Amino acid sequence: MSALRRAWVRFRARRVAVAAGIVVLLLALAAVAAPLLAPADPLAQPDPVALQNLPPSAQHLLGTDRYSRDVLSRLLYGARVSLGVGAAAALLAVLLGAGVGVAAGLAPPAVDQLLMRSVDVGLALPRVFLILLVLALWEAAPPSLVVVLIALTGWFQTSRVVRALVLRLRESEFVQAARALGTGGWDLARRHLLPHLAPAIIVSATLDVGNIILLESGLSYLGLGIRPPSPSWGNMIQDGRDQLLTAPWVAAAPGLALLVTVVAFNLFGDGLQDALDPRRDR
Amino acid sequence: MTPPDGTPVRPYDRTPVRPLLQVQDLVVHFTRHSGLLGSRRETVQAVNGVSLAVGRRETLGLVGESGCGKTTLARAVLLLVEKTSGTVWFDGQDLHALPPAELRRMRRRLQIVFQDPYTSLNPRMTVGAAIREGLIVHRLAEGAAARRRVRELMEEVGLAPGEADKYPHEFSGGQRQRVGIARALAVEPELLVCDEPVSALDVSVQAQVLNLLADLQARHGLSYLFISHDLAVVRHVAPRVAVMYLGRIVEEGPAGELYERPKHPYTQALLSAVPVPDPVTKRPRIVLAGDPPSPVDPPPGCPFHPRCQHPAKDETCRTVRPELLDRGPEQRVACHKA
Amino acid sequence: MSDQREDRRTDPPADRRADPPADRRTADRDPAANGRNGAAGNGGAPGGPLLEIADLKVTFSTAEGVARAVDGVDLTVDAGETVGLVGESGCGKSVTALATLRLVEHPGLIAHGSRVRFEGRDLLSLAERDIRAVRGNHLALIPQEPAAALNPVLTVGSQIAEVVRAHLHVSRAEAAWRAIEMLKAVGIPDPEKRSRAYAHQLSGGMRQRVLIAIALACRPRLLLADEPTTALDVTIQAEILELLDRLQRELGMAVLLITHNLGLVAERTKRVYVMYAGQIVEEAPTVELFRAPAHPYTQGLMAAVPRPDAPRERLASIPGQVPPATRWPQGCRFHPRCPLAFDRCRAEAPPLLPAGEGRSARCWLVADEAYGRTAVRTYGGGRSAGERSP
Repeated sequence: MSALRRAWVRFRARRVAVAAGIVVLLLALAAVAAPLLAPADPLAQPDPVALQNLPPSAQHLLGTDRYSRDVLSRLLYGARVSLGVGAAAALLAVLLGAGVGVAAGLAPPAVDQLLMRSVDVGLALPRVFLILLVLALWEAAPPSLVVVLIALTGWFQTSRVVRALVLRLRESEFVQAARALGTGGWDLARRHLLPHLAPAIIVSATLDVGNIILLESGLSYLGLGIRPPSPSWGNMIQDGRDQLLTAPWVAAAPGLALLVTVVAFNLFGDGLQDALDPRRDR
Repeated sequence: MTPPDGTPVRPYDRTPVRPLLQVQDLVVHFTRHSGLLGSRRETVQAVNGVSLAVGRRETLGLVGESGCGKTTLARAVLLLVEKTSGTVWFDGQDLHALPPAELRRMRRRLQIVFQDPYTSLNPRMTVGAAIREGLIVHRLAEGAAARRRVRELMEEVGLAPGEADKYPHEFSGGQRQRVGIARALAVEPELLVCDEPVSALDVSVQAQVLNLLADLQARHGLSYLFISHDLAVVRHVAPRVAVMYLGRIVEEGPAGELYERPKHPYTQALLSAVPVPDPVTKRPRIVLAGDPPSPVDPPPGCPFHPRCQHPAKDETCRTVRPELLDRGPEQRVACHKA
Repeated sequence: MSDQREDRRTDPPADRRADPPADRRTADRDPAANGRNGAAGNGGAPGGPLLEIADLKVTFSTAEGVARAVDGVDLTVDAGETVGLVGESGCGKSVTALATLRLVEHPGLIAHGSRVRFEGRDLLSLAERDIRAVRGNHLALIPQEPAAALNPVLTVGSQIAEVVRAHLHVSRAEAAWRAIEMLKAVGIPDPEKRSRAYAHQLSGGMRQRVLIAIALACRPRLLLADEPTTALDVTIQAEILELLDRLQRELGMAVLLITHNLGLVAERTKRVYVMYAGQIVEEAPTVELFRAPAHPYTQGLMAAVPRPDAPRERLASIPGQVPPATRWPQGCRFHPRCPLAFDRCRAEAPPLLPAGEGRSARCWLVADEAYGRTAVRTYGGGRSAGERSP
């Protein structure tokens, strides 16, 4: 049985992680299929006065907001944003971090030190403030900028983890054996290092997604991320903020969605981490 | 610097024969950072001036306890670890002076078998892929031909060829060792450095692997540098043995002589400490005092002097480092009092 | 039932001479003296063995089925004796030691019919509180891996003191003092300072000495030594074994030495049990076992062991491998690998049959009067154990 299959068996055994995984899958599907699933146009304001702030009903499963937009539709489209930004930023961050980690792990000590001290600086940066600053100064920031900013400020931890792994692998006997055989550079990395790094990278990415989604929502809440009228869970919460007593569903829906999503990603990531733990492979 | 061409391997050997592997004054020191913030720097003197030679079709046994540097020596000979000074010649060529492409080709000729059957194989590669790696790297075979060769090698080392697609964890320790041997054999080496190849195995499996190594040597004309802490195993395997202590060779000679009439006090203590499966014979036991010193801070003079029980131990032992000198036919000892 | 034993161990360990191993000592080992130690300890029931294991069975439930790791083991140790339990990995010897102390946990299970009598009492039926009073006190274990057995965040002194306090009801100060005395007794230099050290600051040999100190702190009657020197260098091993010998003589302690190393067994034990596939396959006085091993497995082991004194052309090796504990073979468990196996071996599992004075072997060949052949020649080895090189 290959390492992958064994990991799958281990993962399958943890019901919580499997449940979380299913939730993640459903969320992803919902996000992708938003145009098909959404009952209404998230930006449409059919009747600004009459349909305003309606509680959940048959026509509007999650009610309407102050601009009489269907909350459910906005939620689904908002999912696109959140998960899209989450996935893209996590992927970018992790690739960046892994790249630096591998470079530092394989490079001569001087280069390694240089890279790692930069990582130290990066870890010390006040991430949120930095992003806020840039977004505040940049007029009409496109979503891609948000993704890039989040990624650029979030790869540091991954690089340390990857570097530690690479250093350890370098000393392992099977790598020594490969070097003794004459395997060099790129072949060595591809054949012997990457299969071991992949699990760490995947886990790192998955656990990051939760944080990134929260970060993006925060930014949107503050008005600096995704700008209205495009829905994002963050700005939906901002919209519904002062109506918590009169029309709680407007803010509650995205709020709950956030909760469920972040928890699901975290539990899924934890489950993955346990399942892919190389120490179990003996 | 050219190797001592035609220098006899053994002083009394009339025929000048260039050994396959020759190591001259090899020194390997590491710096280690310890303490808070890595502020303290220590130099680990792992190998402190070792010279040895292994001829064609010959086996040289290297014994020593933990910390003596034998594993570092093994890796340094294969250029897996950087040397601090000294030279390693293989078939007359200075390995460190070779350009990278040449070195790569040369690597085929000297291979290594590791101690731990669990960590010496990549857990995410099938054993077939592991054995095949050498063939691919050196373009010895590809595709179907490579797979066929892998099956042949597996049979040769006593594994079922049909299991090539299994992963290391599906095999026992002894079988994994065989995979490691097959992997090394794939590139048709002339010298095999065996770093404690049977230490992690049970007695009955150990015997199987040792027999396999003997067969392979006969069949392929291999030379072995056989490293172990187990004196009984080395006695069985090597006609010539060198004893290492704290980065240096302290005694070297034919196995029979060395085991029956050891000259260096450390060799004597080492041999007296080995438990022999014989409840009847009484043997004198030399019990050493204290723990072996660390290679970070080797004592001045003779490295063994703090634990040495020789009655004539004196100031010379404490201050002057003994050289490895001839003390008999094919025997060398590094001791002022031997 | 709480057995209030009078505490015989109130005398401080200070009166024990701890000779510093500084001077040259040539100790001639007289193997015949093994077991006949100085003060013969007082066994439990008068005239009975100190430890009596009967029909011990331990199973583990695994994904592949039930593993019968220990499958009907009978073993005795008399007061003051040194007995060896030898076998390769997977034979069940470590589990036997753990089961004796009732340290087997889920998914392991000690089967109901098993009996472990120590000083006359069945340990397996004691209440938890009572068995804890025995463990570390009268019956101690030296576990296998020195690095793993010590708590890395506690000083070694406190770990010794912990045992003392658990059983001897003394003050903290007194326990600490005893800990230092124990460190001195096991030959650790500068014991006051070392007692405040942490495990990682000590070398392998020192850690093993600390484990011995912990095991002997309350002067047990019986010591289970599970591969006490496997992780150590040969010269350190020799020191540790000399130490154990000396302490054993001083304390009149019995030792069950569990190892895979036949050399250790030959030098240090009076009687030996050989274990294979969860069962005892041979029992004999040590000298007899090495002179003429009766069971083909024992013969195979002896033929396969390389020796520093008598090199052989080719090591005899036992063909095949140890089968998994979930699927022991039918009939005699060794028959698939045995060069002397015949029909009865495949069909019927042999019990332990008498094979001479104080000897038994689990082999049908022993029941055969004409059994004079040895398996050694069939294994293809050079010399058998009893022969020396000319």
